[in-house]
Amino acid sequence: MKRQLPFLLVFLFGAFMVFQYYVPHESSEFVYEFLLDWVMIIGIFALALGIWSLYTVSVDKIRHKKENWAYSYVTLIGLFIMVVLGFTYKVGDSWGFYSVFVISLMTLLGFLIQTSVSKDKGLWLGLSGLSLVVALGIAFTDDSWGIAFMTSEGLSNTMFTNFADFVLTPILATMFSLLAFFIASAAYRAFRARNILATLLLIAAIIVMLRFNPYMPFGLPEYMAKTSNWLMNVPNLAAQRAIVIGIGLGIVATSLKVILGIERGYMGKG
Amino acid sequence: MKVKLLIMVVMMLALSSFCFAQDNATEAGTEDTDTTAVVESIILPAPPGNLTGIDKPNDHGHAAILSWDLSPDDGAGENSVLKYEIYKWVPQLMLDINLVRDSLSVIQRILRNTTSGITEGTQADSMKIVFEKYSRDELFDIRNTLIAHVKQENTGLAEASNSYPENGAWLFVDKKPSGTKSFVHIGSKDFKSAGFVPDFANLYYRVDAVTIDGAKSSSKVLGPIQTSGQWYNTYRTPVVFSVLFFTLLTIYFVREARKGADLYVRPLGGIEAVDDAIGRATEMGRPILYVLGLGSAADIATIASFTILGRVAKKVAEYQTELLVPTYDPIVMTVAQEVVKSAYLDAGRPDAYKEDTVHFVTQSQFAYVAAVNGIMLRELPATNVYMGKFFAESLILAETGALAGSIQISGTDEIAQIPFFIVACDYTLIGEELYAASAYLGKEPVLLGSLKAQDYAKAAIILLAVIGVVLAQFEFGAAFVNLFEVAN
Repeated sequence: MKRQLPFLLVFLFGAFMVFQYYVPHESSEFVYEFLLDWVMIIGIFALALGIWSLYTVSVDKIRHKKENWAYSYVTLIGLFIMVVLGFTYKVGDSWGFYSVFVISLMTLLGFLIQTSVSKDKGLWLGLSGLSLVVALGIAFTDDSWGIAFMTSEGLSNTMFTNFADFVLTPILATMFSLLAFFIASAAYRAFRARNILATLLLIAAIIVMLRFNPYMPFGLPEYMAKTSNWLMNVPNLAAQRAIVIGIGLGIVATSLKVILGIERGYMGKG
Repeated sequence: MKVKLLIMVVMMLALSSFCFAQDNATEAGTEDTDTTAVVESIILPAPPGNLTGIDKPNDHGHAAILSWDLSPDDGAGENSVLKYEIYKWVPQLMLDINLVRDSLSVIQRILRNTTSGITEGTQADSMKIVFEKYSRDELFDIRNTLIAHVKQENTGLAEASNSYPENGAWLFVDKKPSGTKSFVHIGSKDFKSAGFVPDFANLYYRVDAVTIDGAKSSSKVLGPIQTSGQWYNTYRTPVVFSVLFFTLLTIYFVREARKGADLYVRPLGGIEAVDDAIGRATEMGRPILYVLGLGSAADIATIASFTILGRVAKKVAEYQTELLVPTYDPIVMTVAQEVVKSAYLDAGRPDAYKEDTVHFVTQSQFAYVAAVNGIMLRELPATNVYMGKFFAESLILAETGALAGSIQISGTDEIAQIPFFIVACDYTLIGEELYAASAYLGKEPVLLGSLKAQDYAKAAIILLAVIGVVLAQFEFGAAFVNLFEVAN
């Protein structure tokens, strides 16, 4: 039964998803949207598991002093500080003791980690309790800021937005910009004329690259522009469409196998 | 509290009605007074003729298709028509409900803290001032009461629309440029939305031809027409036949395979290399990194990747090598944990399974890339396997893996990323090969049967494409080509 029930559910919901594609009626859409809502709900619960996984992996690194273990502290502090900032907001003109509140919470986190990794658990647990008392004391007495769990005030908290806009976004943009250099190094490897096919690839690449180069001072001869367009619109597109047709059939076949219970790899049964 | 709420609703209705009294009068007057009284010197355009309308076919309802003949002054005659304005007649009940909907909208914005866009001095602003005096709990209660009120009132719309032309008004729907002869009015199905169009209620439309001077001439009123949803989308009939054909083909080959038919499947270099790569990792004493990509657990590419992960994990467990699976999606993480755990169990080494083998990293694309690249450069895995959905991060991952000296096997169905993987990886599964990998790894007849069905379906598609190309050269060939048209 433990195995049969999931297969039955997969069959029922999979078959429904196939049929709903052909049924535009509102009732069909309602069930479809209802199921998609459930995917979101499951996703939110799974996110809690994900955060727990990140926490345990990071604490494990600290406990065993694995290579670059100190960065795990940065990961955990970054994770929890954004959670705290995202749920709090300024009420008055000043932040009051807000910074002490945040620091005491981060200290609490550090002490809790030390509690789980250290042999002297009593000391760290006591310090954790002290930090918690300080944080709760400020939270209950300081009226210059508030806590919002059900609404989105915290998302406009300037500290939250500053961390996101001036720390996270530039770091992510930096990672993305590395792509330009990786494309250059990959292109160098790909375009080496080792055999006839690689030479053809090199020639085609040069023609297409020249076509899209904005710094050509003398313009491109028309026949080269036409050749470039032909390369993109005929052989390239034909190959892409062939792959897309294959992918489409593959998707239908795999979906059928999953719905009919032939393919069970996703349940750990190959 | 309930009494307070009811008073609140009544008060808001009164306030809204007062605010809108002027507008309704103006709007309602458009039908009777017409613009000639205001601008006597302006010549009216000829009205659009033959206004017809039908329920939009193959949809969920709440939508109608209108079509009309162009005004004689559109592109000819006086050539003065600038645009067409489409109006819908709505009963007074609908107008009353709309006022409550407006209140509801303001309350929603207050609850979501998104009132910054409300312009000062408007009706919404005055509503905001009133509602902001209430606590959040009270606002939640008011919101629920208003939703119930709107839902209840909507049930009377069909009956109220029978009163045409009494006790109602014309509402502006949309405008279209001159030369337009049709309009699809797609209403909202959400009864809380101002654009809600009820099904099975009498609808009346008119189209006005408008000149640059603002002079309007109205068409004859169209109606009553009704909208409704359909239970079958006939536009998708070609897809039904294709899927049925493919399903029958798959079932046939699966049965053949079960009977013991010898089904040949061409070798896939990338999959054959998996065993060697695991052996290499064992010899080198280094881990294997398995990346499931950025897809969700609902993506077929990720589902195929789970199967391959299961096979890889089983071999890894047998060889007692370390496996690292950093994940992007928490649902994918939980499924992958189950897959790897089962694989270790199948290999007879449940004790070797570690909870952190499959772990969550982040749901931010480039933060995930940074973390995985960090793992590659710290742990120096002997083999990197990338299977699933990949986007801009594909080359950053694969190039870093190449720099770290790992053997790399990849597979994705993202067309744009395939060239990157081909360049940077040692073996690449292109498109459908990713889905075929599970069948190839298992060599199970039932799975191989589906591969055969895919091959025959591809042959059928090639055949039809060739026939289509030939027939498209002739006029009668269009009928054949149109057989495969799928509209939304």
